[in-house]
Amino acid sequence: MSVDSAEDIKKHVKVYIMVFVALMVLTVVTVGVAYLTLTVPVAITVALIIATIKSSLVANYFMHLAAEKSAIYWTLLVTAACFLVLMFVPLFAVLDSIGR
Amino acid sequence: MEIPYTVNTRADTGVNNVKLGIWLFLASEVMLFGGLFSSYVLLRVGAEPGTWPLGAEILSIPLATFNTVVLITSSVTMVMAWASLKLGDLGKYRLYMGSTVGLALVFLVVKMFEYADKFSHHLYPSESTFLGIYFLITGLHGLHIVGGIIVNSYFLVPGIKMWHTAPERFTNRIEAAGLYWHFVDLVWIFLFPVLYLL
Repeated sequence: MSVDSAEDIKKHVKVYIMVFVALMVLTVVTVGVAYLTLTVPVAITVALIIATIKSSLVANYFMHLAAEKSAIYWTLLVTAACFLVLMFVPLFAVLDSIGR
Repeated sequence: MEIPYTVNTRADTGVNNVKLGIWLFLASEVMLFGGLFSSYVLLRVGAEPGTWPLGAEILSIPLATFNTVVLITSSVTMVMAWASLKLGDLGKYRLYMGSTVGLALVFLVVKMFEYADKFSHHLYPSESTFLGIYFLITGLHGLHIVGGIIVNSYFLVPGIKMWHTAPERFTNRIEAAGLYWHFVDLVWIFLFPVLYLL
């Protein structure tokens, strides 16, 4: 447990409110962009960039990852690596030429 | 037997076991949802050209946007519940934790209406690959919401008695429950554009 003073916590609360406002604005932007007539690859890229910004706000501030210990960072680094492998599995399927 | 390191930091990891434990669990959750996201990509890339529907043609964007706002707000009330405990204010903790559970219930009710609307139009998981993966992923996410409601309700009513005997340990429990809840929010942040908007 971190040893945050009452003053620190009150500062945190102000940050939480700012992050909340930012998340709401980004939600509106996400929906707004969807109504623009973008091509599918551009729409996917924009939507994923906004979602990544939103999720990093949640992870860094609500989940306190911005000031976490290295044991947690290492755990997440391994997770991120495994997650990337998972995301590339469909690519292997597309590139597979056996039996064609 | 006393569970070790529920409050004190372990010298080797630099964190208490509550935090390391919940993060390891969340790591496994990343892989669970990651596998399904990967399946979604495979199914979409492999679909015959022109057969994959635009989510907005079948699903309701206003309802999903409303639910996004609800879930993000519940994440804020959750972190405020934890901050209230850090400030020693049990009354505010009750208020924020109660709001978190209430907002989670609102999310589920809206989701129920969405599902009911699909079923009334005979849009079942067996209708198409898109609906199959839509119901699978949102259903699993919904189960996570149910799990969060159960855990948070426990900490709101019966579990709260620990505050009077071991306040720091209780605060750590709420931090762990919060980490889980923010993760559920985080998954939805990706699900919303991927399933509804693209």
